Order: sequence, then C-alpha cells, then structure tokens
Amino acid sequence: MSASTVAAIAPALDVAKIRRDFPILDRPVYDRRLAFLDSAASAQKPRQVIDTIRQAMEEEYANVHRGAYWLSQRATDRFETARETVARFLNAPSSDEIVFTRNTTEAINLVAASWGRTFLKEGDEVVISEIEHHANIVPWHLLKREKGIVLRVAPVDEAGNFLLDRFEDLLNDRTRLVAITHVSNAIGTIVPVAEVIRAAHRRDVPVLVDGSQAAPHMRVDVQALDADFYVFTGHKVYGPTGIGVLYGRSELLESMPPYQGGGEMIQTVSYEESTFKEPPFRFEAGTPAIVEAIGLGTAIDYLQALGWENVQANEQMLLQYATERLREIPGLRIVGTARDKAAILSFVMDCAHPHDIGTILDRSGVAIRAGHHCAQPLMERFELPATARASFGIYNTRDDVDQLTEALLQVREIFG
Amino acid sequence: MTDDLRELYQEIILDHGKRPRNLRHPEDANREAKGNNPLCGDRLTVYLKVGADGAIDDVAFEGLGCAISTASASMMTEILKGKTEAEAHRLFETFQEMCTSDEFDAAAHDIEDADAIERLQVLAGVRQFPMRVKCATLAWHTMNAALEGEEKVSTE
Repeated sequence: MSASTVAAIAPALDVAKIRRDFPILDRPVYDRRLAFLDSAASAQKPRQVIDTIRQAMEEEYANVHRGAYWLSQRATDRFETARETVARFLNAPSSDEIVFTRNTTEAINLVAASWGRTFLKEGDEVVISEIEHHANIVPWHLLKREKGIVLRVAPVDEAGNFLLDRFEDLLNDRTRLVAITHVSNAIGTIVPVAEVIRAAHRRDVPVLVDGSQAAPHMRVDVQALDADFYVFTGHKVYGPTGIGVLYGRSELLESMPPYQGGGEMIQTVSYEESTFKEPPFRFEAGTPAIVEAIGLGTAIDYLQALGWENVQANEQMLLQYATERLREIPGLRIVGTARDKAAILSFVMDCAHPHDIGTILDRSGVAIRAGHHCAQPLMERFELPATARASFGIYNTRDDVDQLTEALLQVREIFG
Repeated sequence: MTDDLRELYQEIILDHGKRPRNLRHPEDANREAKGNNPLCGDRLTVYLKVGADGAIDDVAFEGLGCAISTASASMMTEILKGKTEAEAHRLFETFQEMCTSDEFDAAAHDIEDADAIERLQVLAGVRQFPMRVKCATLAWHTMNAALEGEEKVSTE
C-alpha cells in the first residue's frame, strides 16, 4: 500500500479531536510546538483519565475490600470494574485471571518469583528472544543465579525479523517456559506470538508474552493467542503510572504461591501460619494502586472507543511516512526494518551520536528517546551503543514527522 | 539554532568530538579505569602513566560516546599531560563545579594553569543541559577513579 492510499484511509481516526483530549500537547517546549514522539517510553494522558483520577479521589475514595461503609464499597466497585475492563480488553475468560501489579516489570518478576521458583530447577531452560527489554531478561537472570536455570535466546535477522524456525530449534525436552515480547520496544518488530505459542504448546511448554508495546497498538486476545501469561503496563496505554497487569490462565495462577505477603492477600493469619486467598487477590499484597487502576480502566475505554482498525491505520500511515521522510536524510540509517512492525522507528546517523541527536531535537520541541532502550543485548547484536527512537501514538500527525525531519536536518547542519 | 545549542556545540567541541586526541591504549600505562554512563550506554577507558614523582607522563583514552563525552575526554588528555596527581584532582573538582554551578568562580580554585580553565570553559555550556552534565564529566570521573586505584566508575 502506498503512503497516499493509507493516508486516504487514515482520517477515520479523528486525530485533531484526539489531540484536544491531551492537554499536554498544547504545551510549548522551548517556545516550540511539542512533537511528542516517545510514547513507547510512556504515553501522554487524555483529559478523561486525568478527570477520572481526580473524580475518584475527590468523590469516591477509600481503601478497597475492607471498610463496611459506603465509600469503601464504592471504591471497591470501581476498582473491580476496572479489573473487568482489563479482562475484556485482553478477552480474558474471567477477571479472576487479571492480577494488578505496579507495571510490566513487576508482572514478569511475579511470574519468575512465584511460578519460576516453584516449578523450575537446575538445568531447566527458559527461551527468550534477542529483542527483549531488560524487564524480560533480568528476572530470568535472577532465577539463573538462584536455581541454575539456562536461558536460550531466539535470534532475529539483520532486519530484525523474528526467525520462527530458529526459535523452534531451541525447544527441547528441557524447555520449561517461553518468555517472549509481542513487539520490540527498541526496533518495533512484531513477533508472531500465535505461532510461537503453538510451537511451544506442541511440547506442553507454557508461554509468557510481554505485551508492553503491543497493548497500545493492536487488539490483544489472550484466548485466540492461547497465551498462558500476558503482561502489559498502564502508562503505555495512555493510563497512569504505577499500575500494570498480569493475565494468567486460572490453572496456572491457582498453582502458584504468593509473590509477596501482607494484607489483602490472606484468608486467615495467626502467629503460626497464614492461609491465602484465591487468585487474583493472592498476588495483591497490601493496599493496591486504587485510583491508578480506575484510571487505567478509563484509558482502556478511551482507546477501545477509537477502534483498533482506525488506530492501526493511522499509526501505520505515520510509520510509513516517517520511514520515507527519514530516508531522505543523508547518513541516516533506520535500525530494524522488519516486515511486521509497530509504529516504532529506531535510527542512527553517521555524523552524530544518538544522545547529541536527542539534545538538538529537544530544542526543536521534538521529544524522542536516545539510548539503549533497556535492550543492551539487542544493541550489541546490532553492534550499536545506542539508537535514537521515534515512536508514535494515537495523537501523532504528519506535522510531528515533518518537525522531526526538519530537526534532523539541523543535526546534519551542526555535525555534517 | 538556539543560542544555548550554539554554546554547547562550539567549534572546538565538534572538532574534538570528531577527531579526538590521544585516542589510544599506551602500552606503558600504569593506571586505568573504565567509566560507564548507564543512562546513554557510553563507555570509555582512561589510561594514565604516572611517574615516580607523581607527574602524569601520559594520558589517553579508548571508547567512543557522544560528541560531548568524546570532546571532554579528548580535551582532558591534552590538559592533564605533565600535571601532577594533585593538580589533576583539583582540576577534576574545578571542572565538576564548572559544569554544575551557575556561581562558578575560577578564582576560588587553586589552579595554576589559567589556560586550562579557559579551555575547559567551552564545556561549561552543559550547565544549560542538565541531562548532559554526566556526558561532560564521565572522562574526568573515570580519570579520578584511575588515580585513586578504582577500576570502575559509573555516573549513575
């Protein structure tokens, strides 16, 4: 599809209206229009989410699952409604399979610490990929130290395409878990997770999918994927920070011991012994992020109301347009040109280090990420210390891309 | 281009960034340390040859980072050659203050080499870019660690 054909479809998403919902986009930076191109790190928040959080705190706030009074019941209802919203968002069979965490990182650590410590032993293998975020590497390293598990790494090719055959070659009788990203945060590759899961399940190996970068960009259906664990974080889907999600198949969650101990997760406690609640509460020790969960529910409602086809058409149009514009810039190389790619564009320039690019773009009002994107092994794979990364969300426009291109030409002017 | 960008990326910084001096590994170095800025992934190694009299006979570095960290490392090697260890320490402290304090006053520091201060001033533009201060000071932190016998330094 050419850029112009895509552009003809894209207006189904009313980006001008969306932009009016995001107050921060009106805020100039260094007296320049803000071109926010770092949603892959954290997305901006619509007024609807901000208002929900304020309203929840001003009118309906109390601790949840405790008080025998109206406010507490009201807060609990809203908190649990948010859990149901998340369950629908992922098409999970039941909201009992939705565990609230702080973020994706905590969700993966929960699985590693609870499921991993219980079911993995020395010599057992966990398969990850070359394009994982540190959040899906380090928790397994901790288990490697503690238990002596072995990590296997499924490769990508030079373009960043996930190599399904090479992945399948890694599966063997010692494989106990596949923990794999759905979309690469650093180079945008979309991993064919349905095929990955099918291959793993042929060997009865469960699969954890890190959906941090997928949840903002595409419809996720854990039943269609047949995922065993699926994790994502609230702040990347236009919700608040401090709230993340672990979906786990009920049989798995039920087989797992608590992750942390404390209030909220117990049935009875004496000085000798405690008994624990059923999932999901077993995994939610202490007072949870109440208003953040409620805010996440609103963010999901907001995103889903836009329609995934519209969101994707707009983002793919932007990805294609940005790819074309950036290719006009001499000495610029795009890192990661996978066939299936989300709206994440990593690049390097022969004249300037990504950090210098970031600084110059910043003064032009363009916010991008410069660095290793918490994916150091991937940077090593591509023999790069760092890249600059522009990532797109529902509020981005061709104007943002043009502003990025102009600022990159200025980088060339200074360093060329 | 904005004025503060022009001040940050002065010609001399761009020059040192593109053509760093003393980018090598001296065989006879007797002190070295690795520096790491986990924020941006910059890594460099600073090598020193310190004589029995405490004078820095040679100083060089390896590893490449952004223009600011490379230029800073390159300029540092030029400035430190021939200095004593004590002078290098004082210059490190002076430079750090220069990069972070708007009230920096060279006269408050006991530095004989006025020319060195003047040359380092071109890097003081990072004050307007708080995220970049670590880029400018990475080589100096690493050099200081090498003198103090530490093998690794991280600026985070």
